[in-house]
Amino acid sequence: MDTLLQQLINGLTLGAVYALVALGYTMVYGIIGLINFAHGEVVMIGTMVAFTVIVSLAGSGMPPLLILGIGLLVAVLACMILGWALERVAYRPLRHAPRLTPLITAIGMSIVLQNVAMIIWGRNYITFPPMINKEIFEVGGASFTNVQVAIVCLAALVMLGLTYLVQRTRIGMAMRATAQNPHVALLMGVDINRVIAMAFIIGSALGALAGCMVGSYYEIAHYQMGFMLGLKAFTAAVLGGIGNMAGAMAGGLLLGIIEALGAGYIGDLTGDFLGSHYQDIFAFVVLIIVLMFRPSGLFGERTGDRA
Amino acid sequence: MNLPRKKFPFWQQHWLGLLLLATALLAVPFVAALGGQAWVRIANFAILYVFLALGLNIVVGYAGLLDLGYVAFYAVGAYAYALLASPHFGIHLPFWVILPFGAALACLFGVLLGAPTLKLRGDYLAIVTLGFGEIIRIFMNNLNAPINVTNGAQGITLIDPIRIGDFSFSQTSTILGVTLSGPQKYYFLLVALAILVIVVNMRLQDSRIGRAWQAIREDEVAAKACGINTRNIKLLAFAMGASFGGIAGGVFAAMQGFVSPESFSLMESITILAMVVLGGMGHIPGVILGAVLLTALPEALRYGIEPIQQAAFGRMIIDPESLRMLVFGLALVLVMRFRPAGLWPSSLRRRELAEATD
Repeated sequence: MDTLLQQLINGLTLGAVYALVALGYTMVYGIIGLINFAHGEVVMIGTMVAFTVIVSLAGSGMPPLLILGIGLLVAVLACMILGWALERVAYRPLRHAPRLTPLITAIGMSIVLQNVAMIIWGRNYITFPPMINKEIFEVGGASFTNVQVAIVCLAALVMLGLTYLVQRTRIGMAMRATAQNPHVALLMGVDINRVIAMAFIIGSALGALAGCMVGSYYEIAHYQMGFMLGLKAFTAAVLGGIGNMAGAMAGGLLLGIIEALGAGYIGDLTGDFLGSHYQDIFAFVVLIIVLMFRPSGLFGERTGDRA
Repeated sequence: MNLPRKKFPFWQQHWLGLLLLATALLAVPFVAALGGQAWVRIANFAILYVFLALGLNIVVGYAGLLDLGYVAFYAVGAYAYALLASPHFGIHLPFWVILPFGAALACLFGVLLGAPTLKLRGDYLAIVTLGFGEIIRIFMNNLNAPINVTNGAQGITLIDPIRIGDFSFSQTSTILGVTLSGPQKYYFLLVALAILVIVVNMRLQDSRIGRAWQAIREDEVAAKACGINTRNIKLLAFAMGASFGGIAGGVFAAMQGFVSPESFSLMESITILAMVVLGGMGHIPGVILGAVLLTALPEALRYGIEPIQQAAFGRMIIDPESLRMLVFGLALVLVMRFRPAGLWPSSLRRRELAEATD
């Protein structure tokens, strides 16, 4: 019983992070139909920038929470600029190119960003400085830290804010219109370029936030961390139905929980034949099974075939 | 307008070009050997990638099924060869048994992957194939306990080379007065295999099956309405692409004498896909060009970057390995920016693209 609760808590934390990253994938995909493979790298850059800011401010005598806040803010701003630049430089010129062309560009950009990060921050693991004194809470035999609480609460707040933005504001309406039909949206006076840029900027900001969360949860960062994180988050987005924001949130949480439970129970289930290093398999196995029965994800609409 | 040209067989129309090409192909291993056997090995890898890229071209280029896990089949073929021809299990079967077996096994995996994904479209298919590739890699990495099947991350070593009677492909020997080193012999084997896959690709392109694939690529619903059995035809694309991947894997294992999960990462799948798209999807010469360029470019950079940095700054400023990958990534981005349909697209595709931008 305590394993179950413990793994649920861990899964929730991880799932909140996946959900934030998945939102970045799904917003871009929903509007221009591109798998932004470089998004995981944006998350990684966010983590690295936050790390640099926090380390350089650590000796300044400011209160730790303020330093953490500044680090987070700088990382979010840096990633917003990065996301905007990516769209402007790499993707916008390819908007009418064959479908696979921007995908290869995205892969190229991902390689570029990864290696730029390696040149700047080196190839070793970086220890993320703990800024919050860790407190451990115990509930029903399971334990969790205040960092985990902060991650889940912050993620929930941000997702609420994003929902408000998309459902209730003018730019949100423009985004939904563009996602539905860019040509008609253009005729209705929507500035498509601005909407697409906004999707990239918002997605990157969420990614930076998620990156900082991962950094402070695991307390390490690495120039390759964005790859697997991005892959999992993308899986989560597809699981929920890519292009669907509620789906990305649900998919992220679900994936986090499935992974944690899988890692906790796989040994018992298979009589110790398969160990917890098979953890990464769950995401993909669940994905394949779900897509077999619901080909457009859990919450994806059954759309007609588009050419 | 275009008048219908009298149809000569392909080899009659282009005999001079083919002759020159054949001479060049014959000369490559001897010219490369002047720079050391390492260059022959690079040439071998270029041809192996031509083979792989053309195999993937069937799936992605012809049938339009975006496969991001192609390396899984390559891995299946490589491990099949490694397990059946190494001291790991003490089995030493000859290559002409294992290569077809590896191809058949990879084909089976292709159908296994294809069957549940038939309903999926475009990007959903991409992520599932990617997941499949990762699953295979994770299993290779961890199947060393409780029963040691794949020897985990250490991989399998001492794999038998390809051998016909006493004639081993890994040793230097003299045939008709010409001394051939191991890599040079593999070169000719690989060229023969590559020609095989090129012929298969060419013959498929305008066959009934090839046309069915293209119809599915352009519009699956319409293809179905025309009476094409989309299920079987899509499965066939997966199966054929996978078989070629399996053969390539077997040759890779024999040539290297060593396989480990590291060789079959997602990055490898992505590189092969990049070759297909960068060269010109669905166009055989384009795909060959893409494969050769993307194999040669990183190698050229490996040898080029160090001296250039030394000359420019007098010392190494930036880690050459990451600079190399940086240039590789930038090259992908730039080519796609200025040649969105690939470096050497087929005339049909170029026409479509020109119409689309009007």
